[in-house]
Amino acid sequence: MLVLTRKLNETIKIGDEIEVTVLAVNGDQVKLGIQAPKSVDIHRQEIYEEIRNENKSASQITLHAINMLKQLSKKK
Amino acid sequence: MKISTSYHGDIEIDNQQTLTFNQGIPGFLEETKFVILPLPGAEAFQVLQSIQTKELAFIITDPFQFFLDYDFQLEPQEIEKLQLQQAEDAAVYVLLTMSDSVEKITANLQAPVIINTKQQLAKQVILMNTAYETKHRLFE
Repeated sequence: MLVLTRKLNETIKIGDEIEVTVLAVNGDQVKLGIQAPKSVDIHRQEIYEEIRNENKSASQITLHAINMLKQLSKKK
Repeated sequence: MKISTSYHGDIEIDNQQTLTFNQGIPGFLEETKFVILPLPGAEAFQVLQSIQTKELAFIITDPFQFFLDYDFQLEPQEIEKLQLQQAEDAAVYVLLTMSDSVEKITANLQAPVIINTKQQLAKQVILMNTAYETKHRLFE
């Protein structure tokens, strides 16, 4: 991992198009401003990971589960 | 185009049915082509089937049928990525996580799949600043 030290209001450039600026530092909280092309998705890592894991779980489907949905529809 | 599917065998689909996820789906970034197929006998649900990978499929549903007050706003950059001109062109689905019992089936309301139905462009959008989570019980 590349490690850089930055002060308040200083920026890191990633490639031509991405800029990350330190906007505020408050105790152990750091506020970052990120400028990136609209095609780049920016997410908090833990949220992205959660969605990824949920998608993995959602892709695990058993025939039992499908039959359950069919049973359910019959009852209605 | 003929494709192999998880639950529908080998079927013929129209090119116009193909949904393009330009960025893939988190966890499956290589998967960019899907099709939505009905689930006969369970009409409230559909299958989001990968065209590239037979084994990859999700059960999806229209969230507004189950969560009557489901509501969110798309960020401008998402609207742009989906090339959405008007709200009427957007279809919304959510992925379900199945379980061995009905009560444990959950819907991911935090990351709905939005489809531009005019252009068949789709994206799983991760909502920001939302109270919705990845696991909302479908049946209480």
